[in-house]
Amino acid sequence: MNLFLKRLGGFYKYRFLMEQLVTKDIKLKYRRSFLGYLWSILNPLMIMVILVIVFSNMFRSDVTNFPVYLIIGQTLFNFMNESTTQAISSITGNASLLKKTYVPKYVFTVSKVTSSFVNTLFAMGALVVVFVVCRVTPNIYYLMIPVILLQEYVFCLGLGMLLAQGSVFFRDIQYIYNALLTAWMYLTPLFYPIALLPDALRDIVVTFNPMYFFITEFRQIVLECRMPDPYLIMAGTISAILAIVIGTWAFLKTQDKFILYI
Amino acid sequence: MNSEKDCIIKVSDATVRFNMASEKIDNLKEYFVKLVRRELMFQEFLALKNVSFEVKRGEAWGLIGTNGSGKSTLLKLICGILKPYKGTVDVYGSIAPLIELGAGFDGELTATENIYLNGAVLGYSKEFMDSHYDEIVDFAELKDFMNMPIKNYSSGMAARLGFAIATIVRPEILIVDEVLAVGDAAFQEKCQERMHEMLAGGTTLLFVSHTMQTVRQLCDHAIWLNKGTVVMKGEAEPVCNAYMDSLSVSDK
Repeated sequence: MNLFLKRLGGFYKYRFLMEQLVTKDIKLKYRRSFLGYLWSILNPLMIMVILVIVFSNMFRSDVTNFPVYLIIGQTLFNFMNESTTQAISSITGNASLLKKTYVPKYVFTVSKVTSSFVNTLFAMGALVVVFVVCRVTPNIYYLMIPVILLQEYVFCLGLGMLLAQGSVFFRDIQYIYNALLTAWMYLTPLFYPIALLPDALRDIVVTFNPMYFFITEFRQIVLECRMPDPYLIMAGTISAILAIVIGTWAFLKTQDKFILYI
Repeated sequence: MNSEKDCIIKVSDATVRFNMASEKIDNLKEYFVKLVRRELMFQEFLALKNVSFEVKRGEAWGLIGTNGSGKSTLLKLICGILKPYKGTVDVYGSIAPLIELGAGFDGELTATENIYLNGAVLGYSKEFMDSHYDEIVDFAELKDFMNMPIKNYSSGMAARLGFAIATIVRPEILIVDEVLAVGDAAFQEKCQERMHEMLAGGTTLLFVSHTMQTVRQLCDHAIWLNKGTVVMKGEAEPVCNAYMDSLSVSDK
């Protein structure tokens, strides 16, 4: 308990560093580009338009309001994709700094996930554009959306910490993870309806894929105008807690050895 | 009781273990090959062996020794960057580590942005940086270059900025690792002046250098390391002399 309080105090002391690292990532992302932050909105919109054109002939009949269906999945999955990919190299990429000064190591991982999160909030602008164009009207259940985002943020944080500490010892993990991400993307109903999957595979996705929980919660709110299934809320919360507990545990257990391997 | 209060850094029986760099295993295939051959745990290297010493508040210690003798390792141990494999390290006070000036500068950011980032790395708050910003810029003498990305700076300019940021606080312990070798003579002079100032103000100094002259000037105590063990420690003058003697003997 004492140790926990001490860590929390450390977190408070380094909040300015966290803030600086997050603003640095966001500032540098679009520096020198003509449209700047607008790209956070334009980029997902452009990809969505292309996907809509490609897939509209294949699934449109099954899915009502396909552009909305698509962009919700795309935005949430992109956040997971971007944040974990960034987090994986957050320790190895800051080797020069970690070797030369004492900074709590988790600061780098947390700041990468957080800057991806802020970027996702910008990308929500694209969501709003699509909602307006497709005439989706807001409802009271939209108040649940921050909860879903929080679930996913905590989940990504946990996964990111697990991956970041793993890749310090085995750089191979980032390449393996890249391949896994592709598999994960196709096993998440981003641009196809879940009913399209064969029964056995569908059961696995519905039970074990956290991204399915988050995305489906979001879609139920927007497309079906209702509270998400209690099962999904529970499953989303549990996967977030599991991820953060395992991630933090693995990270704290190995962090003193990082310096010998970076 | 009193002596414990005065003691600001206490290193007792510290050993630091490294895996040999040449045998670094960082991919899974190699790991399993080594695991099967049972070679995994055998390549280790002790960078420091049973080092003990105590620094009292206000003292200035010089760390001397040949390259690879463990001086920087000892500094990193005290800063908390490394953890001892055996033994303990206790530090009672705030540390300003100058192991490398401008560690953590991001080349893409401007100097102003880097001042805040670097200050944050050193653990300072935003308000503190706001109120000391002008002082830093003045000391570094880089007023006209504040909106330039650091990647366009010369190494001397970056070092000046780094020193200015790191020494803006009055830390209880200042750790300096050969960083003053960069920069022109005038700036080195200025740095030394500031270090003297801090010493006069009661700061404890740990200083690594290969120039005996500087060590004699700045430090009242010295510790001589060789291959990870303490050869000699105590008053600066005799330790420096013994070290110089050993060098000239091995030269012959």
